[in-house]
Amino acid sequence: MAESQLLEALRAGDEQAFAALVREYNPSLVRVARMYVSTQAAAEEVAQETWLAVLNGLDRFEGRSSLKTWIFRILTNIAKTRAVRDGRTLPFSALQDPGRVPEAAVDADRFLDPEHPRWPGHWVVKPVAWPEEALVAAETRARLAEAIEALPATQRAVISLRDIEGWSSEEVRNALDLSETNQRVLLHRARAKVRDALDSYLEQA
Amino acid sequence: MSVVFEQLSCQEFVELVTDYLERALSREDTARFEDHIGRCTGCAAYLEQIRETIELTGRLTPESLSLEAERTLLDAFRGWHSG
Repeated sequence: MAESQLLEALRAGDEQAFAALVREYNPSLVRVARMYVSTQAAAEEVAQETWLAVLNGLDRFEGRSSLKTWIFRILTNIAKTRAVRDGRTLPFSALQDPGRVPEAAVDADRFLDPEHPRWPGHWVVKPVAWPEEALVAAETRARLAEAIEALPATQRAVISLRDIEGWSSEEVRNALDLSETNQRVLLHRARAKVRDALDSYLEQA
Repeated sequence: MSVVFEQLSCQEFVELVTDYLERALSREDTARFEDHIGRCTGCAAYLEQIRETIELTGRLTPESLSLEAERTLLDAFRGWHSG
């Protein structure tokens, strides 16, 4: 449904349209809220509160940004307020500038010394292709989900929106208020860690 | 005419993977990156693993909303529309 049609349906009180919107965005709202609040339950409450605020503001929504961007801005504001109320320190410095905390995609000890006379910075043991049949196994999927769950909240939010929900980098940057570079750094670290977790698992399997 | 450039090390390669997939590398760096894929089976395998990671992640289903939460929101929607 085009956004103008969707808005019209919502304003006309179309419950189906509202339910579909909630189902589509709620998982992402909860993930993003998790960047700010400390528990899953608090994140779900923030998402609920967001929907109520969306309803309250819908008549005033002028469509200067997309509906999605607008909903996520409301979420971010509510989540920040909630974090302050809960006395939680916001991960702002890490969020605004992940480059300040260097982190390697692959552990340095997996590579030969950068000063190695013959093979500087080459793999000690080269990665090999993963076995096709292991990739589709339910256990691999479970490990993947665990690895994503174990990520720092900002990395988890970025990889979830990009790779589970299929958002564009621009949409993620708008929703999370990140620079282009930082969005990419967070995505890079998240994917590298998840790959590493899968690789360790598949090596043993 | 062949282009002469400094070759990437594997350690540098892995840090450029996301920039490469996001098409954020300069033309020159893209050429160095792709040149390295052709020379190094380890890095080619690494890149493939990252691609598979992305694909597998894409197959995870987003968590669904609890029925109770959905009901609360629909009630709110009804209240909003009639109010």
